[in-house]
Amino acid sequence: MAKDKIQVLVCSGTGCRASKSDEIVKNISQAVIENDIDKDVQVIRTGCFGFCEKGPIVKMVPDNTFYVQVSPDDAEELVAEHLVKGRKVERLLYENPETKERISDSKHMDFYKKQIRIALRNCGFINPENIEEYIAKDGYMALGKVLTELTPEKTIGLLIKSGLRGRGGGGFPTGLKWELTRKVKAEQKYVVCNADEGDPGAFMDRSILEGDPHSVLEAMAINGYCTGADRGLIYIRAEYPLAIERLKIAINQAREYGLLGENIMGTGFNFDIEIRYGAGAFVCGEETALIHSMEGLRGEPGVKPPFPSEKGYKEKPTNVNNVETYANIPPIILKGADWFASIGTEKSKGTKVFALAGKVNNVGLIEVPMGITLREVIFDIGGGIKDGKKFKAVQTGGPSGGCLTEKHLDIPIDYDNLIAAGSMMGSGGMIVMDESDCMVSMAKFYLDFTVEESCGKCAPCRIGNKRLYELLDKITEGKGTEEDLFKLRNLANVVKDTSLCGLGQTSPNPVLSTMDNFPEEYEAHVKDSKCHAGQCTALMQYIIKEDACTGCTLCVRVCPVDAISGERKMAHFINQDICIKCGACMEKCKFDAIYIA
Amino acid sequence: MAHIKLAQNKVAELKEVCKKFNNDKGELINVLHAAQSLFGYLPAEVQEVVANELNVSIAHVHGVVSFYSFFTMIPKGKYPISICMGTACYVRGAEKVLNEFKKLLDIKVGETTPDGVFSLNSLRCVGACGLAPVVTVGEKVHGRVAVEDVKSIIEEYKNDKE
Amino acid sequence: MDKIKLTIDNTLVEVEKGTTVLEAAKLTGVDIPTLCYLKLEDTAFENTPGGCRMCVVEVEGRRNLAPSCKTQCEDGMFVSTHTPRVVNARRTVMELILSDHPFECLVCTKSGKCDLQSLAQDLGIREIHYQGEKSTYKGDESPGIIREPEKCIMCRRCETACNDVQTVGTLSALYRGFGSVVAPAFEMDLDHSSCTFCGQCVAVCPTGALIERDNTWKVMEAIMNPKKTVIVQTAPAVRAALGEEFGYEAGTLVTGKMVSALRKIGFDYVFDTDFAADLTIMEEGTELLERLNKHLQGDKNVKLPMLTSCCPGWVNFFEYHFPDMLDIPSTAKSPQQMFGAIAKSYFAEKMNIDRKDLVVVSVMPCLAKKFEAARPEFAVDGDPDVNVSITTRELAQMIKSANLNFDALKDDDFDRPLGESSGAGVIFGSTGGVIEAAVRTAYELHTGKTLEKVDFNELRGFEGIRSATIDFDGLPINIGIAHGLGNARTLLEEIRAGKSQFHAIEIMACPGGCIGGGGQPYHHGDVSILKKRQIAIYQEDAGKPIRKSHENPYIQNLYKEYLGAPCSEKSHELLHTNYFAKKKKIEIE
Repeated sequence: MAKDKIQVLVCSGTGCRASKSDEIVKNISQAVIENDIDKDVQVIRTGCFGFCEKGPIVKMVPDNTFYVQVSPDDAEELVAEHLVKGRKVERLLYENPETKERISDSKHMDFYKKQIRIALRNCGFINPENIEEYIAKDGYMALGKVLTELTPEKTIGLLIKSGLRGRGGGGFPTGLKWELTRKVKAEQKYVVCNADEGDPGAFMDRSILEGDPHSVLEAMAINGYCTGADRGLIYIRAEYPLAIERLKIAINQAREYGLLGENIMGTGFNFDIEIRYGAGAFVCGEETALIHSMEGLRGEPGVKPPFPSEKGYKEKPTNVNNVETYANIPPIILKGADWFASIGTEKSKGTKVFALAGKVNNVGLIEVPMGITLREVIFDIGGGIKDGKKFKAVQTGGPSGGCLTEKHLDIPIDYDNLIAAGSMMGSGGMIVMDESDCMVSMAKFYLDFTVEESCGKCAPCRIGNKRLYELLDKITEGKGTEEDLFKLRNLANVVKDTSLCGLGQTSPNPVLSTMDNFPEEYEAHVKDSKCHAGQCTALMQYIIKEDACTGCTLCVRVCPVDAISGERKMAHFINQDICIKCGACMEKCKFDAIYIA
Repeated sequence: MAHIKLAQNKVAELKEVCKKFNNDKGELINVLHAAQSLFGYLPAEVQEVVANELNVSIAHVHGVVSFYSFFTMIPKGKYPISICMGTACYVRGAEKVLNEFKKLLDIKVGETTPDGVFSLNSLRCVGACGLAPVVTVGEKVHGRVAVEDVKSIIEEYKNDKE
Repeated sequence: MDKIKLTIDNTLVEVEKGTTVLEAAKLTGVDIPTLCYLKLEDTAFENTPGGCRMCVVEVEGRRNLAPSCKTQCEDGMFVSTHTPRVVNARRTVMELILSDHPFECLVCTKSGKCDLQSLAQDLGIREIHYQGEKSTYKGDESPGIIREPEKCIMCRRCETACNDVQTVGTLSALYRGFGSVVAPAFEMDLDHSSCTFCGQCVAVCPTGALIERDNTWKVMEAIMNPKKTVIVQTAPAVRAALGEEFGYEAGTLVTGKMVSALRKIGFDYVFDTDFAADLTIMEEGTELLERLNKHLQGDKNVKLPMLTSCCPGWVNFFEYHFPDMLDIPSTAKSPQQMFGAIAKSYFAEKMNIDRKDLVVVSVMPCLAKKFEAARPEFAVDGDPDVNVSITTRELAQMIKSANLNFDALKDDDFDRPLGESSGAGVIFGSTGGVIEAAVRTAYELHTGKTLEKVDFNELRGFEGIRSATIDFDGLPINIGIAHGLGNARTLLEEIRAGKSQFHAIEIMACPGGCIGGGGQPYHHGDVSILKKRQIAIYQEDAGKPIRKSHENPYIQNLYKEYLGAPCSEKSHELLHTNYFAKKKKIEIE
């Protein structure tokens, strides 16, 4: 570690890589050599900084200059100005959208001000492919402490006291879960890391694995020590090639450093980790399905009990935790249960990472203390709604969660409050919607997802979700009846009540929560055949303004179904029974005479 | 089902892969991942080889292959196009982008163009929500794709063919 | 055992730890409806995926309804099995299942015997509120079994039978979600797959998704054709089960009524497969003694143990799964095929009928027999030895179609000469029966002594794998018995590993043997029915004047007039066969 060198941190998370951050690294490195400063400068690819909206991001350390939306062409200037001449490149600094003031240090940006980073502590700060950088940030110290100073019982006690709950969605107390596995007597036990992040719109696990893989390995080793397992398995989506690559590098480095393998730190504790690949099945986020998948079977969930803590992988006691949960553990061990418990609300301690996305100005990955309000997240951190539109709803918990509205904006976010409001924490997807989003369509979107992802094992989920989708489709087509609304609710309740696993037990939530929070929208679709958000194509009407139409007949010629009629040089008319709402006429009209009603 | 003949050296390689996993049926999914990267897809014949090597029934292998969306029995195009249908991309118009691809390529999701150049798929969240809506072509990620951009994306790769 | 107390529908009940709520409720007299759940006592069959959700109940303190088949009783549990919430849930889920099911009940083979239909009736479904797309699949019309996957409700019973019990591995759940279905790999036809046609999938299917190929009309066509002489043979297990279709208690022997019904249906001669079973014993018993003697003389090339070969499901099984061991089973054809071969030669000649004008129909407890009858090696110039094979269920159907009052039928006797049999032929219908019959004959032929007692109780029973050593006058003969193909696999793998101590092994594909065949009246999960049929079989044997195959005078006569001796050249030509490796090789460029 060359501590005195200037570090150039280039975000190399998936989002920034998609915006050519690899090329930025290449160009900066080249410019550094050309300027003959390569002895004093180190260019590092890091994990995600979180502020994806403004990516790619380049950060200079130690002066913490935070450059946004950098392009590969900017590399030369950054090196020549910032590194050689010591002058900041103003035009690449973040601009406060209100004051138009340029901000150099990220801690002064609204996006970061209210964040507390525990799970994401190292993401964007270290080179994830270099174990020494992790070690320099107190990495593997928690494992050392546990192995040399603490017993499994004490460690678990500490976790229980910290109040840490599972970050994968369920919110089960992590310490208690470990205790259950620890208590079972068995020759062989396993610990598993659930990295099968499948919630569409959530990518925190991926960011942690890409940005700080060792934090997960360290926590798994601690888990192994506490539960009595000597083998760990990481079940990761095959769709995450970068995270897989970095995990492989991290595992090999940890083995080289004696932090995985036999006789870790000379304490006699053995623990090693293997990677298993998912293959594209959302239901494998459910722990019994995940275990079946690791065993080479179809990822169908089993009925619990027995829980994996008794009978898991290969019928052996198995403890499954999610990536973010693991990432929280080393700091808890090092800083103590009281420190962790001091953050958050009464029953939900610590922080939660959210993937903030949708119609919000600052899309990105954020970590906030439990108890923060939705308003703070959406308007302070998220910078409010895009394009000056009006906030309508926020969806948390992905396909298992619900849509919350204006009236929920000031409730403190924690596991229990979200459930009480008809949604859930889930894995941390947070999708913001504005007035142009139709809530019925939104529910349909999620149902489309669950229909595709249902494993098919139990009847209510297999067929019920399909029927829910079809009912919603009927409603968005303007063909729904009031009776359909009754059916929709009854079916949603039965699917929730009778499904075998968490997928089906929660898949009706998007329907029920939108029905509860936006009943008028469902009624408008059904009674008036209107979609006020203007999203349901079938309910749209293209109408010709009589006074603006010149009768040029251009629209008549483009209409693929001959729905438009009228005399030349006279106002035209669209026959709504024939119109297929393709929009071709509106596109062609030179006089803005066609509008959507 | 059309029958195909597998190349001998590739079959030998596949058997080698199975051996590397100790011919353990618990490693089926890992083996299938390797097989798919070897053959590009998983035709029935490949699944039969895997079934024989791991000593499981062909029905079991097909049951697993057909369960997971990552595995495919249809050869992918030279340029596999995937449209992210994650929520963030959806609310920023991914569905319209997908429809445009369907229209211009004249194929459905899961299909490959007759000339084998493009195949079309939807996927759930690539984790680049800041760039929504996102389209990936092979390894390359295209961010903030508008319906109007679809034509030029297709042209870009079509021209690349020559 | 720890005892647990819980309340079910306000009744306090004490059960052992590990009892499910479903089982506990039964103790209080509450029969919670089930659909996918099926456990066959004393067999390896246990299907409890918890997928149909028909058995859900309310458990106090739980957020969701609990599936009673998978929920273990806990101390102090408070369970309600028929609250409005429960009933609404069951009805709604049933409506969902029906919404993805064809409405063909009026013409469905399974109508009246369908678990789905009767549960829908019990729940009072009169309207399906949730209509939508129905799933479609590629169907399959193989010689023995027809699959109509649109009727599949994903109960997974067939998958359990095919994989866990039979270890055949033909069926698996495919695809996922709404599109999921149980089918062979790539939805290929069963006759291209590893299927043995044992029919155990059909025996447990709660709907009409898996049914036998219906050949009853073929039979009627033959009977209606004035040019044809139509004869019928009936397998031993049929008479022990046919009565169930007419309301008789399981295990009621209806041999006489069956013969009478067949005559009334219009068969020209009614014969008995048991006759051919006696013939099988002559051939198979002789073959066993030949192999045994060679072995005793130190011949290293002789294969022992010898395996029986009368079960066609079992033959299909080893042809596919053990192609390296095709020389171990006896080469003797099954009784069905021996009957066909003799009928179309000896009998046809005797009656002066051209074999092409003689139609041989078999009534079998079995679906694999349909496949066996269609094997090309069992035909002469394209004319099959057995033209049509129907099941016990199909025979019952024919009797009903003919509007015969089964109850009122008087007992009739089989025709001669192919209708006379010994008790040894009868017990072919039960697990252990073939080998017991063989022992009766082989013992006497080998020792030259007369058996004092013909009942070998040590060979009888219901356990999946059994063994016994029979003293052949100083020579201990080790005998193994397996029923269910999973059990057969265990014994075969022992042989392959060179660890088998047996001289002879009897194998039958179905649980209980032919009495539990895939073509028998549906047992709906009640294994006691199979056991009652088994008892009936041994009863019929005990009541027979002749108990040993070689003492059957018509068999003796057949050898004298036509075949010469057992395992003679003529016998080999007519009564023995070869086996073929079934699994196709993967084509490589």
